[in-house]
Amino acid sequence: MIVSLAEMAPGQTGIVVSLEGGHGMMRRIAAMGIRRGAAVTKTSSQPFRGPVSVQVGNTEVALGFGLARRVMVEVPG
Amino acid sequence: MKRILLMGNPNVGKSVVFSRLTGVDVIVSNYPGTTVELTKGRMKLGDEVAQLIDVPGTYTLGPTTPAEQVATEMMVEGDVIINVVDATNLERNLNLTLQLLNAGKPVIVALNMWDSAQHKGIQIDLVKLEKRLGVPVVPTIAPSGEGISQLVARLDEATTGSIPFDEEQRWSVLGGIVEEVQTVTRRHHTFLERLADLSLKPETGVPLAIVAGLVAFALIRVIGEGLISLVFNPLFDKLWLPVISGLSAILQPGTFWHELLIGHLVDGQIHWVESMGLLTTGLYVPLAMVLPYIFAFYLVLGLIEDIGYLPRLGVLVDTIMHRLGMHGLSVIPMLLGLGCNIPGVLATRILETRRQRFRAAILMSICVPCMAQLAVIVALLGPYGVRGLAPLFVTLAVLWVVLSLGFKYLLPGETPEMFTEIPPYRTPYLPAVAQKLWMRVRQFIREAVPFVLLGVGLVNILYVLNVIQVLGRWLEPVLTSVLGLPPEAVGALLIGFLRKDVAVGMLAPLGLGVKQLIVACVVLTVYFPCAATFAVLLREFGLRRMAKAALLMTVVALGVGGLLNLIL
Repeated sequence: MIVSLAEMAPGQTGIVVSLEGGHGMMRRIAAMGIRRGAAVTKTSSQPFRGPVSVQVGNTEVALGFGLARRVMVEVPG
Repeated sequence: MKRILLMGNPNVGKSVVFSRLTGVDVIVSNYPGTTVELTKGRMKLGDEVAQLIDVPGTYTLGPTTPAEQVATEMMVEGDVIINVVDATNLERNLNLTLQLLNAGKPVIVALNMWDSAQHKGIQIDLVKLEKRLGVPVVPTIAPSGEGISQLVARLDEATTGSIPFDEEQRWSVLGGIVEEVQTVTRRHHTFLERLADLSLKPETGVPLAIVAGLVAFALIRVIGEGLISLVFNPLFDKLWLPVISGLSAILQPGTFWHELLIGHLVDGQIHWVESMGLLTTGLYVPLAMVLPYIFAFYLVLGLIEDIGYLPRLGVLVDTIMHRLGMHGLSVIPMLLGLGCNIPGVLATRILETRRQRFRAAILMSICVPCMAQLAVIVALLGPYGVRGLAPLFVTLAVLWVVLSLGFKYLLPGETPEMFTEIPPYRTPYLPAVAQKLWMRVRQFIREAVPFVLLGVGLVNILYVLNVIQVLGRWLEPVLTSVLGLPPEAVGALLIGFLRKDVAVGMLAPLGLGVKQLIVACVVLTVYFPCAATFAVLLREFGLRRMAKAALLMTVVALGVGGLLNLIL
C-alpha cells in the first residue's frame, strides 16, 4: 500500500517510492536521506496537521505536514 | 596566507573542531544552525600561520538555501577544505563530501563523533574509506581533542580526489561506499533515545515541555537568588561598603565627585540601588543584581542547548507558531533573547526568509525582556509576588500573540514549512558547558558593565544639566495622563535607550505604587530595544525597516501602557 508520510502511523516503517514536489525542495529532502528506496520510520506526528518526524538511517528529520504529504511511501499491508 | 575552510553538514561539530584548532572560543550547541556567521581564526601550521574559516553547515552545495549559497561562494576562496563528517551519519555526510571532492579543491576528512559511532555499534573501516575517497580520513572526537593533532599533522596530505558519477547514480555510488566501509551492529535503545522519542510525541512531549520549562524557571530563580543572598550581597555589604563609606567621608556628600562616584545618600546611608553613583549603583546593579541571573540563565540554557532539546521544542510548538504566522524554530531566538536580545537577533538567522527573521527579531525585541532587565524587574516587583509579576508577564505574552497575528495579516507572505534535522540527545560534555557559560558571562562583564557605568554616569550628568527635569516637565502630560507616571520617570525612559537594567533601577527611588511599577516596567520593555540591540537590528535589517519598527514600538508602548493604566 502506498501512503504519504503524513498518513503513515507513528512507529510504521516503509520504503520511499517517490517525492512529489518542486525540484529544489525535493533535492533538500533527498540530501537529508529521504529519497527513493530509503527505509523511513515515522517517529511522531503533531496534531492539527503539525509537523511529522521520521527516522532515516541515523538521522531524524522533522517535516511540515505539507511536505510530508508529498513524500510517498510503500508500507506493508 | 593559506586559507583553510571547515565545511560539513550542520551540527556535526565544525565549531568544536574550529575552537580546538585555533584556540578561539566560539559558541557551540547541539542544534543545526548554531553558527550563523563566518567565524575566522588563525592556526599554526608548522612555521607558517594559516587562516581557518568556520563555514556554516550545509547538506549540499546547491543554491537552495542562503546558507548553501554562502558555503558555495566561500569554497572559491579556500585553499584547503577540512570536511568534518559525522561518523554516525555516514551516507548523508558523504553526499556533501562527494560534491566537495568534485569541486577540485584539496580535501581532508575529519571523521568526527567517532566515539558516538562506536557507542551506536557503527564500525567504519578507515583504510577502505580513504581508498574509496582518495583523500586522508582522520577519526576525531572534537570535544576532548582526540585526533586533532593527527588532523593537523596530515593536513598537507589533503588532495583533490574525484569520484566521477552521473547525478542519477549519486545515491547508488554513495550507498556502495557506505556498504563497503561500514558495519552496523544492532543494539538496544538507550535511555536517551527513549527520552528523545518521548519528548517529540505530542502526548508525552507537551507535558515534558511544561515540566522542563518549570524546572528551568525554578532552577534559574533558585541559583540566581542563592548567589545574590549568599555571595554577592554579603560581598557588597561586608567588603565593599566599608571602603565606600570611607571614601564618602573623605569626599564629603554633596560635592561633585561624591555625587558622581558615590551618589546621594538615602536617609544618610549609602543605598546600593538608589544612590546612583558609579561605585555604588554602577557596580551593584550589574554585578550583584544582574550577573547572578545571567550566570543562572546561561547555565540552564547551555545544558538545554547541549542536550539537544531546542529543535524538539521547535517541532512541538510549530503548529501553534504557524497559526501565528511563524516558524516553530522561532522559539530558539525567543529563548536566546531572554538572556540578551543581541544573540536573540543573531539567532533569527536560522530562519529561512528575511521576512521571517525580521518579524521574529522585532517581536523578540518588543516582548522579550532580557535577563539583565528581568533581574532588576524581579527585584522591584518580586516583593509584591504574583500580584506584581503576573500582570507584567501576562501583558507581554498577550502582546506577543496580538503582534504576531497583526504581522500575519498586515505583512502577508508564506511561512516556510518546518524542515530540519533533529539531532540525537547527547549527554552534555561538562567542560564544554562550563566554557560556553564562561564565554557568555565574560561577554556580559566586558560588554554590559561599561554600558551600565556609562548609563549611571549619564544619569548624573543629565541631572546636573537639568535635562531630566526639563524633559519631565515637557512630557508630563503624556506621562501623567496616559501612563499615570510621575514626570521624574522620564529619566528612566531616557536611560532605557542605553541600558534597561539601569533604567528599571531608576524607578526604585520614585516611590511608585505597584500599578505604576508594572506600567513603567512594561513600557520600558516595549518602547525601544537598548542601544546595543538596536545597532545589531540596524545592521541586520537596515534603516528603513527599523524606522518603521521604532514607530511601531512607540505606538505599542503608549497603547499598552495606557491600557494597563486604565484597567489595573
